[in-house]
Amino acid sequence: MKVEVRYFASLREALGGAEAVEVGEGASVGALRDALAARGGPHAEVLGRHKAVRSARNRVLCAESVLLGEGDEVGFFPPVTGG
Amino acid sequence: MAALRAGDGGVGAVATFIGTVRDRSDGRAVAAMELEHYPGMTEAAIEAMIDQAFARFEIRAVRVIHRIGKLEAREQIVMVAVASAHRGQAFQACEFLMDYLKTSAPFWKKEATDAGARWVDARVADDAALARWGIEAGNAAAPPAAPHG
Repeated sequence: MKVEVRYFASLREALGGAEAVEVGEGASVGALRDALAARGGPHAEVLGRHKAVRSARNRVLCAESVLLGEGDEVGFFPPVTGG
Repeated sequence: MAALRAGDGGVGAVATFIGTVRDRSDGRAVAAMELEHYPGMTEAAIEAMIDQAFARFEIRAVRVIHRIGKLEAREQIVMVAVASAHRGQAFQACEFLMDYLKTSAPFWKKEATDAGARWVDARVADDAALARWGIEAGNAAAPPAAPHG
C-alpha cells in the first residue's frame, strides 16, 4: 500500500517535509515507524524507539497500533508544545 | 468578548485565558519564537476539543484563537474564551480547553534564544494537568513503546 508520510518540527528538519512510502497490507503506524527507522542514518536518529514520537493517521492523533489503509496520510512529530 | 455573548441574554459569565510569549525560558533570554503547526489537522483538533468542552460542561459559547508563525517576546500566542450562565462552568471549561490544547493540538514552538534556536520540550506537568479531566494525553509522557510486527 502507498502512504504519504509527513514530518513536523525537529523531525521535518532532519528528514524533510514529506515522503511517499510503500508498506505491506495490514501494517500498523508503529510498523511504519520501525520500518523508516530501520533505514538508519537520520531516520534512525529521530524515529528510533529511544525517541518520543507522536503520530496522526489522516490528521487525527492515533496510537501506533492503528492499522494503515491505502492512500493514508501519516504524520510523525515530536510531543506537541502549543498553547 | 462582545461577539461571544452577542444576542444571548442567558450568558452570565465569560472566562478568558490569554497565553503570551515570555522573554525568558529555561535560563535563556528569548527574543522570539516560531509556531509551526499541521495544516488541516490543527483546525480539526481544536474543533474536536471544543466539541468535548460542550459535551462536558454547561457552556453557551466558546472561542479559541491560536497564532502561528513568528511571534516576538511579550506577544499573545493563544486565547480561550468561554461563555456560560454561571462562572463555575466557564472557569472549568476554559482550564479544560487549555490543558487539552497544551497536550493534544499539533503545534511546535521553536525559541530564538541568546544561545541559538531550540525546540521547546513538552512538559510532563501538562500531561498531568489533562489527566485531572480523565484524559490520558500520552504527550510528554509517551506511552510505553514496543516494536510492532
